[in-house]
Amino acid sequence: MIEEKKFITQYRFAFIDEATKREIRRKLLKAIAIPGYQVPYSSPEMPIARGWGTGGLHVTLAIIGPKDIFKIIDQGSDASVNACNLRNFVQTMTGVETTLDTSKATIIQTRHRITEEVLKEDQIFVYQVPQPEPLRSVERYENKTRQMHGEADYAKMWVSLYEQFVRHGDIMLGAGYPVKVNGRYIMAPSPIPRWDIPNLNNSKAIHLFGAGREKRLYAVPPFTKVEPLEFEDVKFHIEDFKGTPCFRTGYKKAFLDELYYDDGSKHYVINDSNFLDKLVNKELPQQHENSYLNKLGNEA
Amino acid sequence: MGYFAVKGGADAIQNSLELLDFYRLKNATSPLEIHQIVSQLRIAVGKIMSEGSLYAPEYAAIAIKQAEGDLLEAAFIIRAFRTTLERRFVSETLNTREMFVRRKISASFREIPGGQILGPSMDYSQRILDVKKAIETKDTIEQILKAFDDKIDKEKLAAITYHDKVIDLLNKDGLIQKANTDEDRRITDITREAIRFPAPRSARLQMMARSETGALMSMGYSSMRGFGSVHPTVGELRYGSVPVRIKDPRGRIRYIGAVEVTEAEMITGTKKHNDKGAALFSIGYGLCFGQNDTKVICMGILDTTLRNPDPSMPANDQEYVLYHSEGIEAMGFTNHLKLPHYVTFQSSLNNVREAVERNK
Amino acid sequence: MKHNSENWLLKVEGLTKIYGNPTQTSIDKTGPLFDSNICPDSGSIVACAQIDFELYPGEVLGIVGESGSGKSTIVKMLYFDMEASGGQVSFNRDPYIGKNILNLSNQSKRAIRNHLMGMVYQNPRDGLNFRFTSGGNIAEKLIMAGNYNVGAIRDKSKQLLEKTEVPVPRLDDLPAHFSGGMQQRVQISKAIANHPPLLFLDEVTTGLDVSVQAKVLDLIRELQQELGVAMVVVSHDLSVIRMLTDRTLVMKNGRIVEKGLTDQILQDPQHPYTQLLVSSIL
Repeated sequence: MIEEKKFITQYRFAFIDEATKREIRRKLLKAIAIPGYQVPYSSPEMPIARGWGTGGLHVTLAIIGPKDIFKIIDQGSDASVNACNLRNFVQTMTGVETTLDTSKATIIQTRHRITEEVLKEDQIFVYQVPQPEPLRSVERYENKTRQMHGEADYAKMWVSLYEQFVRHGDIMLGAGYPVKVNGRYIMAPSPIPRWDIPNLNNSKAIHLFGAGREKRLYAVPPFTKVEPLEFEDVKFHIEDFKGTPCFRTGYKKAFLDELYYDDGSKHYVINDSNFLDKLVNKELPQQHENSYLNKLGNEA
Repeated sequence: MGYFAVKGGADAIQNSLELLDFYRLKNATSPLEIHQIVSQLRIAVGKIMSEGSLYAPEYAAIAIKQAEGDLLEAAFIIRAFRTTLERRFVSETLNTREMFVRRKISASFREIPGGQILGPSMDYSQRILDVKKAIETKDTIEQILKAFDDKIDKEKLAAITYHDKVIDLLNKDGLIQKANTDEDRRITDITREAIRFPAPRSARLQMMARSETGALMSMGYSSMRGFGSVHPTVGELRYGSVPVRIKDPRGRIRYIGAVEVTEAEMITGTKKHNDKGAALFSIGYGLCFGQNDTKVICMGILDTTLRNPDPSMPANDQEYVLYHSEGIEAMGFTNHLKLPHYVTFQSSLNNVREAVERNK
Repeated sequence: MKHNSENWLLKVEGLTKIYGNPTQTSIDKTGPLFDSNICPDSGSIVACAQIDFELYPGEVLGIVGESGSGKSTIVKMLYFDMEASGGQVSFNRDPYIGKNILNLSNQSKRAIRNHLMGMVYQNPRDGLNFRFTSGGNIAEKLIMAGNYNVGAIRDKSKQLLEKTEVPVPRLDDLPAHFSGGMQQRVQISKAIANHPPLLFLDEVTTGLDVSVQAKVLDLIRELQQELGVAMVVVSHDLSVIRMLTDRTLVMKNGRIVEKGLTDQILQDPQHPYTQLLVSSIL
């Protein structure tokens, strides 16, 4: 009978079994050795639904150690419900210290944003990836996209960008703009806004990407060239907030959220919750530098 | 913002979980017992074991109770649980000819060795809502069990034998196509590696064995209706328990128990092999835990369609069928649309606003 | 056109395609003498075998034969649409000199297709991607040759459409909405976009109205004279061969039965099969 059966209640450190952790680490090393290349992995099921961050969790749980300090954000916010759930899971399974402070974290897991505050050499940035295949929109078959990457046959991707320009006057890709990594592989950077794309290039941190449902891992090692796909005369550009200031801090150089209040009024506020907190507390966090942001000038 | 906001999120989750429990229990009914679920919701338990990819009836029952009857959720819970378990052995290949048969039918022949055994099946019941089920008591249950017991001739219990398979008969007459040696016959383990396409047959069958029943059903159905090429005959469908054996560390084969499975062998006509000889029959195979005719029949249909890739037919398209019948992944990803997407959306908003500007 | 035996552009030796499980005798027991492509021993099909020929720069070579003669198979193998069963193909262009291009990596083959070859198929759906505009189709070739300037790509595409007499405003339209003749013209634009030295044309006017056929053939002849591109023209129609080609190969049951100057073959065919073909021109 049920009462006589032993139920397993004790979970090991970081939940995942050691063999799988070892597999994920080996595959992450391969991913770092071949920047932008998608490495298939076993991707075991987790107590979190597929599509809700299992890949990011796999990476985090495979690399985290008891002394790590863990931060997790969702669409830029530490407070987002799913981030809270995942933070709780990681904390329970590892006992590590968690933080909201970008500069204090050693591992930062993110859903669809890079922090405004610059990432440093001892930090690892882990992305949750819904669709690791940048060519999926032009080729539905995994069989073919694998071959296209292997042969660096990216013709269809380029033509689709050309076609967008013809149809709309510009490349209409929003978040998740495809990039070329280390001059070889076209990579899906996860649906981060264009604002964040330049911060992948020549970054001091390690960037690891986990796509749990599609079962792929990939990476951008530090100081690697990451270039958004663009034509000589139809260039990549970041989102334009037209100099709108954050209504709480007046700051004009960060990615903004558009908020609608009950009275119907519209306000813009800095999206990155920790960056916003620091500015509100009159601290001066160091922001990423790139040529696109530099053009906006300094406003505080 | 800051600490408050984070606590806000955590509080919201906590309240939501409490509400879940509340909704399940607020009518203060007596708690569902696990052995009631195992016993009286046998088919649901089988489905969860099959889609959860774990043969453990009591655990499946707990999951069904935990999920308040949401069978997609319950299968997900069991899959996640499976990940925590250690793999100690790989069993010897199961031989379904050793099945203790509870149900065995064939649509291909009127009489088959051992006869057509309907077994416990709803097939020929009339689906009239039985309101008497609402007033079952322990007494009525006892009466039914006693009446059944009285009917059994205890002498005959020992006479149960194993039965030849229908396809064995066809094979003896040389009517079944030999295995295609061009086919990729590697044994893979889909829980240990990411499958790349085209997938070997072992991977296709494994994926289908744990596919969501409804998804497989819809694709199998499409094949029969012209969106695919296969309308087969049930060669044999069996449900019963099959012994499971492992090799112990000393190399001895040991029996460790039995699992209930449903198995289907679907017969289709086929093209000539190499354009020589006669066109023989080919077998599409289906197998899953628990009693589930629909799933194994559709699995058998799709086993055949997937061996004949055809870009114009969705049911013949490996990537289409196998990626999209995986219930846990499909449920997760379709539901992930509920997660906040406002940054992603802001990026698109920007593009559209600029496009509007350009068109002014 | 001087045919110095060393200045060929393309040299084909022993090109072969066999389906099924061939035996030693498969080639010996098939062909025009047997009136069959099917090996009586193994059941394998010899689509073509013992194909030898040379193509010189700026020359137009015709390959004529009925369906099943193997003519399309040859061109499919040369354009890498199909794997050859055997043979050697040499392309007299760096860095492929001295190599058998049939054995190169997929990447090298794609590079040859992008830079050195063009192909026009009988069915426009094989040569064009119907989800892209006509300009997008041409852009694909230009981009793969390393052009990443949209303005320049569009200018070049417009020039090509003008050359092939497609109305330039149709640059941004989808080919699905074009007539068959116009779809072929777009295919031709795409094929010559990178000025390849070699162009394959596989039954390109079959399936078009007779009047449209004539116009497309005229266009092809003009382009050939203007660009000096070498061509391999496959057709079952001797009048197409007569109009476009300098030399011709006549195929039957997967073998070459006669080769020579087109004029000579038409006036004085030697092989009985060629005689049959010539006598049936209307």
